[in-house]
Amino acid sequence: MSSDRERREILITTIADLLDGVRHVAVGASSPIPAAGAMLLRARQKRDGKPPVRISILGSQAHNFFTNGGIELFDCAAQGRVDAFFLGGGQIDGHGNINLVGTGDYPRTDVRWPGSFGSAYLYHLIPRVILFREEHSPRVFVPKVDFVSARAITPEVARRGGPYALLTNMALFDFDREAGGFSLRSVHPAYTPADIRENTGFAYAEPEVVRETPRPDAATLALLRGQILDELAETYPAFARAMKQAA
Amino acid sequence: MTEVVALEALVSRIAPGQSLAVPVDRSGVAMAATAAMIEAGIDNLHLVCVPISGLQADLLIGAGAVATLETSAISLGEAGGAPRFGAAVKAGSFRLRDATCPAIHAGLLAAQHGVPFMPIAGIIGSDLLEVRPDWKVIDSPVGNSGKVVVVPAIKPDVALFHAPEADRDGNIRIGRFRELATMAYAAKRTLVTVERIVDRNLLATEDSAAGVLPSLYVDAIAVAERGAWPLALWDEYPADETEIARYTAMARSDDGFRAYLSTFLSRRKQVA
Repeated sequence: MSSDRERREILITTIADLLDGVRHVAVGASSPIPAAGAMLLRARQKRDGKPPVRISILGSQAHNFFTNGGIELFDCAAQGRVDAFFLGGGQIDGHGNINLVGTGDYPRTDVRWPGSFGSAYLYHLIPRVILFREEHSPRVFVPKVDFVSARAITPEVARRGGPYALLTNMALFDFDREAGGFSLRSVHPAYTPADIRENTGFAYAEPEVVRETPRPDAATLALLRGQILDELAETYPAFARAMKQAA
Repeated sequence: MTEVVALEALVSRIAPGQSLAVPVDRSGVAMAATAAMIEAGIDNLHLVCVPISGLQADLLIGAGAVATLETSAISLGEAGGAPRFGAAVKAGSFRLRDATCPAIHAGLLAAQHGVPFMPIAGIIGSDLLEVRPDWKVIDSPVGNSGKVVVVPAIKPDVALFHAPEADRDGNIRIGRFRELATMAYAAKRTLVTVERIVDRNLLATEDSAAGVLPSLYVDAIAVAERGAWPLALWDEYPADETEIARYTAMARSDDGFRAYLSTFLSRRKQVA
């Protein structure tokens, strides 16, 4: 399915763009597309002779320099040494709060997701948290999450971390920490702002003219389909295989 | 002294009702020992996942061995959601203590340092504070005033993991998976399965000693070849993706899970 591949390639490239300027980006569990985006950024910076980017892919041996066990990512974030990270959510609301636990009443939730992972902590500490969720639907993007795994804004405590952008299969949003909400930045090819309105269950700001998310150029695609998928295969063999087979 | 015992004797040191700390999939999961535990009917466990788990927790949950589950997540990774975990949450089969990864590390660190609790950054605003009344928000007693979360020490009765090798003195090579050491420092007892026991002394050089958990913290060792299968063991073998996918498909139903478990247990016996 080449259209599925094209969609993923746009997501990976958009992530690399969103990470522009970071010195160290970490990628958590079960995140092949963010991992590929981080690897693409690193490869592009190297190719263009720009400042190097460190990446820490959780679960990787080759793309992870931590030596102090599972706690090091969290310590590193607390020391201000992680600039960017990715979080998802079974539900994400218009205030940027995320739910990784489940729907309905806790603990016997109707649908149960894996759990909060490190979100409750990292959301406070990492300045550029990119919310990434492929499914763009009203069941994911809700007015209010059923369970707050991690809250985006907490005036009662000082924090440097929080949401920076929200990327989905259909669109890219910016997060405005002052206003406490999202604004539509661009829609991916083939979608319209009306599609986004129809599939988003929360209110967000929309500019008068909504741009289209740029497609990757030929050089980026060559890098992505070659070196990046090879690097990714160590941690995400099934994903890398599927992307190669779609070629 | 660290004893070397048979796998069945190793797991017999885990009593029903005890708290059991187990590591994340990539660090070295004692799957052969997990099969032996299920075989021996050790149940009513308080499972502490450091800081998350996957197939091991799902098997123990499906087998009805877990009374309390303390974890930051249960996931089978690329294979998807953990089916028996999902079913058990829905049925209310165990007490759920949802956490966040660094809070589990912090709880173990408190035990490692012999203090009752550990402060931890972040978390404020999360509903985890609502469902974990044992976590407290305090005003920082030192430095700038401000709210900070404290979590109680986690002192597991038993820590259980799998590693490539032990030496004759019972020192265990854990590489850079330092959370295995943290688990052992915090736990009252540590049980380890290994691929092999080697003649050389792992503490002989700085190079090897840096990645070693000393036998002081290790109560008993059993040899279990391919003891993490079907999960990966770092530097030794990759995960058996086909087997994990087969589990994920079969474990969707209770009957399917039973069928899988029976094959899994008998296959383990053949290896042993």
